[in-house]
Amino acid sequence: MQRRNLIKAFTLTASIAAMGMTWTVQAAETIKVGILHSLSGTMAISETSLKDMALMTIDEINAKGGVNGKQLEAVVVDPASNWPLFAEKGRQLLTQDKVDVVFGCWTSVSRKSVLPVFEELNGLLFYPVQYEGEEMSPNVFYTGAAPNQQAIPAVEYLMSEDGGAAKRYFLLGTDYVYPRTTNKILRAFLISKGVAEKDIEEVYTPFGHSDYQTIVANIKKFSAGGKTAVISTVNGDSNVPFYKELANQGLEATDVPVVAFSVGEEELRGIDTKPLVGHLAAWNYFQSVENPVNTEFVAKWKAYAKAKNLPGADKAVTNDPMEATYVGINMWAQAVEKAGTTEVDKVREALYGQTFAAPSGYTLTMDKTNHHLHKPVMIGEIQEDGQFSVVWETSSPVRAQPWSPFIEGNDKKPDYAVKSN
Amino acid sequence: MPTVVTRILLSLLLLLSLAAHAGDAQDFVTANPAKQASLLERWSAAPDAARLPLLEALQQGRVAADSAKTAFIETAGNYQAAEGEAQPLDTPKKLRLNNRLRGLIATAVASHQLLVDDPVLRLAAAQQLQKSAKPAQLQLLNAQVASETDDAVRDALTLALANLQLVDSDLAVRLAAVRLLGETGDPLARTRLETLLDPAVESDPTVRTAAETSLAQVKRKLLIGELLGQAFSGLSLGSILLLAALGLAITFGLLGVINMAHGEMLMLGAYSTYMVQVLFQRFAPEALALYPLVALPVAFFVTAAIGMALERTVIRHLYGRPLETLLATWGISLILIQLVRVIFGAQNVEVANPYWLSGGIQVLPNLVLPYNRIVIIGFALFVVVLTWLLLNKTRLGLNVRAVTQNRNMAACCGVPTGRVDMLAFGLGSGIAGLGGVALSQIGNVGPDLGQSYIIDSFLVVVLGGVGQLAGSVMAAFGLGIANKILEPQIGAVLGKILILALIILFIQKRPQGLFALKGRVID
Repeated sequence: MQRRNLIKAFTLTASIAAMGMTWTVQAAETIKVGILHSLSGTMAISETSLKDMALMTIDEINAKGGVNGKQLEAVVVDPASNWPLFAEKGRQLLTQDKVDVVFGCWTSVSRKSVLPVFEELNGLLFYPVQYEGEEMSPNVFYTGAAPNQQAIPAVEYLMSEDGGAAKRYFLLGTDYVYPRTTNKILRAFLISKGVAEKDIEEVYTPFGHSDYQTIVANIKKFSAGGKTAVISTVNGDSNVPFYKELANQGLEATDVPVVAFSVGEEELRGIDTKPLVGHLAAWNYFQSVENPVNTEFVAKWKAYAKAKNLPGADKAVTNDPMEATYVGINMWAQAVEKAGTTEVDKVREALYGQTFAAPSGYTLTMDKTNHHLHKPVMIGEIQEDGQFSVVWETSSPVRAQPWSPFIEGNDKKPDYAVKSN
Repeated sequence: MPTVVTRILLSLLLLLSLAAHAGDAQDFVTANPAKQASLLERWSAAPDAARLPLLEALQQGRVAADSAKTAFIETAGNYQAAEGEAQPLDTPKKLRLNNRLRGLIATAVASHQLLVDDPVLRLAAAQQLQKSAKPAQLQLLNAQVASETDDAVRDALTLALANLQLVDSDLAVRLAAVRLLGETGDPLARTRLETLLDPAVESDPTVRTAAETSLAQVKRKLLIGELLGQAFSGLSLGSILLLAALGLAITFGLLGVINMAHGEMLMLGAYSTYMVQVLFQRFAPEALALYPLVALPVAFFVTAAIGMALERTVIRHLYGRPLETLLATWGISLILIQLVRVIFGAQNVEVANPYWLSGGIQVLPNLVLPYNRIVIIGFALFVVVLTWLLLNKTRLGLNVRAVTQNRNMAACCGVPTGRVDMLAFGLGSGIAGLGGVALSQIGNVGPDLGQSYIIDSFLVVVLGGVGQLAGSVMAAFGLGIANKILEPQIGAVLGKILILALIILFIQKRPQGLFALKGRVID
């Protein structure tokens, strides 16, 4: 009797212990994935949807059985649009949460802020936004566009007959590193194409600038001197007052087209788009591209937004950085499968040459050396419904040139990733 | 017999003419962009009244083609064959146009509209051609000038023609054209005349001298337009600063509350506008254009109520403790921002300008005054007058002034200071809400809207002199105009810095601001 009780007690303890153990074993069986996007502050407008897209992609991979038989577990942190906080939160993800990979950042300054952390701790970051280039870290994979995959083709289009054969260029940007570097590249490119210095005007506004009266008046004056195009690297919500002022002062896209590098479907949600019809944007993906992968991608996102009850779910749209996030996570998952481990050095090797059939309708390849994707370039015109219709695209994906040949000294930079310090 | 022959001939003619246009829409739909462009150029040189409907449909983006490349024109969701009786095989797809084609279509439409009976349309067409007429249209314009009956239209056409005649082979024609261009204030005329100054372009010295005279004339006219434009943008920026700061002039200026949550009152006013717009879209779409008028009282009462609630629950415990007030109101502002972010999302919301606030009025060839800015200047002045009346002509205003000047004495005389504080704070908040309605019409509506205006608002109130409405008005317009004078010279970024530096120097010299209350009671 006593012995039986003892056995009973023993089995009970054992089973409880086993339960506890299986629980810990299961916890150890997940792969932790960090998500580093601002959910508050000025950049929340753009970055919140990337966080949601990352979570959707992770759910989707988990539903298919995870990676290497393990489920993915997202660790979301909020760096609050505060650049130094990005570095702090990045370090926390790598050292405390011990994530195997991080998807995050939007502005170049936030990326520059976390870069030393990732290089020091040998972390792995996927950066999903178009940027100015001039960087190639072994610890970062860039799934957005480099200048030759966005800015330069856009200007070539403006120069062509169909783009209006512009002779004069008004470069308008927000005053920080991305517009300044991009405009430096563009200026060198324009001059190499025979555009005179007096036909290029470069103007910057502070972050959050909202009074574009003088600038639009100047564009008008400038455009009287010949067919003009505006190349806008105005970032964030300053675009709304800029486009409103353009429309109210009667500058139409047929007279002076504006091609923007930071305006996508998500940004247009906050704008009354009727006066903007005909203005252009250059990206590597638009929600409106027609192919089965994209149809499924857009449908999945809309269903996810509805299921999770995201704000504005009834009007959910996809955009280029969201696609880049989606592609980045999937490529990483494929590389982990291939490497059989989440170890950064092995995953990095496995990522080289990895391919993925992207919603843009092309099979994208991760370059064998330069950490950037080969991407197609598309120019879209704003439509009344806030979507873009593609008016021009490259026939095949373009290899990135993170070190732009239009910046002096770049020809000596190696075409493979080296740590920045 | 002759009748039969005539009939046959007539019907043949009719058939021929039909056949002549039968292909237009079809030609266009099947052509590639380059071919489409040359088609449009040909059409603009030789307009045909029967082609106008097609061109207008093109301009409005209503031309479509089915999978068999048959052209259809869409009207309210129905597709009708552009030519003949064909039925679409499948849902036709709208034709894809680019900006170059759109420009050519506008020119083509204009040259076709020269043939219509309505002189208003003809005038607009002639004005369009002043901008975009092509050398190939020279003959057409010559013929139209000769046959035009309406004086205004003929003048406009002559000017359009003059642009083309600058390169005419006849010296007298060139000279006349150059002189005519001098009469306009068109920015394009300036460039055209400047090219003529080059001896390589214009070989005749008399024409070159005439061009110089004309150029000077044009430049003078353009300068007037530019100066007026700058003055207007200064006034407009001033009126926006004023609307943003007026609420603060009461809560901070009169009550002395360092109200960091003021920006959020603007934001809540803008979101009230958005809500009113959404309600109109849902329940009264036919009256949508009137939503800003309804939004005004709604925004006022919503923000006033929130302001009064804040005053009663938080701020009244902190009177006389400026540091704590600053921190508490700053905390409130963060809470309000996050609250809005949770309810409406981090994204900006779309507040559309109704038609009467879109576009602008062309005053001079190089000066367009946007309607929304004109209305906002008027509205700012209206709010100032309203506030002044409230403060100076009502019992509440009297009480507010009494309390701000000497709280204890006012209380002794039976003024319910607590209630007055609450109402005054509500009034300030409500006025900020009105400002929010106006701001929603020119900028973004998002959770961070208030953050971008709070600094400017404090600048205006401090510069104007705390406790004075007139000071705020002067400071707002002064800052607006100074900003707009500096911006073209040194750029927006440096301009802003310079203004800040100047204000700091000014405040050093004169801490009480532009206007200060005088008297023993103020210490």
